[in-house]
Amino acid sequence: MSPCSELLDVEMDESAVEQDAQLQLTRRQFLAASGVVTAGVAAGFAPAADAQDSGPHAAQTIPLTLSINKQQRTLTVDTRTSLLDLLRENLDLTGSKKGCDHGQCGACTVLLDGRRANSCLTLAVAAQGYEITTIEGLGDENNLHPVQAAFLEHDGYQCGYCTPGQICSATALIEEAKRGDLSQVSFETGQTTRPQLTDEEIRERMSGNICRCGAYPNIVAAVRAVAMGGNA
Amino acid sequence: MIPFSYTRADAPEAAVHAGAAHGAKFLGGGTNLVDLMKYGVESPTALVDVNHIGLDKVTASAGGVNIGASVRNSDLANHPDIVANYPLLSFALLSGASPQLRNLATTGGNLLQRTRCYYFTDTAFPACNKRKPGSGCGALVGFNRIHAILGQTDQGPTSPHTCIATNPSDMCVALYALNATVEVQGPKGKRSIPVREFHRLPGEDPTRDTVLGPDELITAVTLPANTAAFAKNSWYLKARDRQSYAFALVSVAAGLELQGDTIKSAGLALGGVAHKPWHSPEAEHALVGKPATEATFKQAAEIALRGAKGYKDNAFKVELAKNCIVRGLTQATKGARA
Repeated sequence: MSPCSELLDVEMDESAVEQDAQLQLTRRQFLAASGVVTAGVAAGFAPAADAQDSGPHAAQTIPLTLSINKQQRTLTVDTRTSLLDLLRENLDLTGSKKGCDHGQCGACTVLLDGRRANSCLTLAVAAQGYEITTIEGLGDENNLHPVQAAFLEHDGYQCGYCTPGQICSATALIEEAKRGDLSQVSFETGQTTRPQLTDEEIRERMSGNICRCGAYPNIVAAVRAVAMGGNA
Repeated sequence: MIPFSYTRADAPEAAVHAGAAHGAKFLGGGTNLVDLMKYGVESPTALVDVNHIGLDKVTASAGGVNIGASVRNSDLANHPDIVANYPLLSFALLSGASPQLRNLATTGGNLLQRTRCYYFTDTAFPACNKRKPGSGCGALVGFNRIHAILGQTDQGPTSPHTCIATNPSDMCVALYALNATVEVQGPKGKRSIPVREFHRLPGEDPTRDTVLGPDELITAVTLPANTAAFAKNSWYLKARDRQSYAFALVSVAAGLELQGDTIKSAGLALGGVAHKPWHSPEAEHALVGKPATEATFKQAAEIALRGAKGYKDNAFKVELAKNCIVRGLTQATKGARA
């Protein structure tokens, strides 16, 4: 999990810088203006100039239409673009976070047709036809999703970087449990008929979302509260 | 990542046709392929998306169950027919990866999952016969905690044949115990491959994980009706460094058909110990007709691990595997369901 940790180190340092600067800018605008943001963009993106190259190694672009948070978005992208990079870099939907970029940390978790998925390993072109829901589509400041409200209530985060992924994941978890989906723990405990969301089940079902701050007890409490309230 | 074209196939025939292009690969969930493309280990020039070719159903028949190649791991694990008749497969699937990865990963893709050997996935390492034929094996004299103890090719670190990589799949271990069959389709037609013959040992060509041709597409996995007899008495035991979301150091898929206390038939396979899920017919044979006791299980474990050889960091796996077999079979006698 070291790539994840390294990236998070950078993110935290940048947040500190941003607070000190006290600028009336969003964090992204600040980073772009100060020229700090380079590595993240370069890693996932072919520069626009590439698209005009020709020859066997020329970038291949493709027009696509995606339904994101119930809005149709049409754009042309390099086939190499991950759904995560498309959300963050092309559409300014920066709630979904890039942690490890290899499906190990869960910070990029979004919902595809209501099912949780790692957007870093999903190619944008392959996401056509699915209804994509990001943290921005779950709720907003004035109308929080019950899982968002529960994370606030139970203090289910510290630095907050993994939180959008945790909340998307937990939202899907609640639906999976309502359907009676099983987990490894269900088999270990012999509860394979509509298993109750015990803390052990919640921990197992949230295991795809890593929190480096270690807010796990409060995350479990938040998920437990929503599961018991039954209103997610 | 080098540029690639993207085609979304709408039928298996169209996928096979598009997949025959030089440098083409089939795209399932992408959880392994896209990851390896980011590392520069895989570099296809064309991706053929096979998620929308009508292979997303699980259908029961008198002869067993047919699982479409693009059925997602999470859907397969929760399918009522699988939970009821092949709980070993559900248990194994749910022991692997994370919920969000299982929602993406497909049955066909899981069969083709590549090793997690660090010397394979990190291109900064110069030696890996699987990634760079003839370059040697970095793992043999490197950090080899997750590596093979059975069936490996060990001719020294500079040999072009040496490979001690392991297959990382959980699903496949259960499929070996359940004696599944892999259905494939290529330009020359269709064929069926018993799963136990689908994956390869490294032999003298560590680059090849399976016997699948480069232009062949997995269309389905079938489970025979007779291994549904393990439904009441099966267990998947996974020993690993974390309680969840980690690859197996050793795993055991155990299925028993019991008649009183006597074992009528058995399915047994190991994960994390070899280049392919490890199936020992002799160990299975040692169970059949015997009482379901610790003594019987210990004997089977000794037979299954015959010839095992550990290295600096993984020698513990030999004893661990034996203990896991005994514990997995013991748990199976109690059953995976309450």
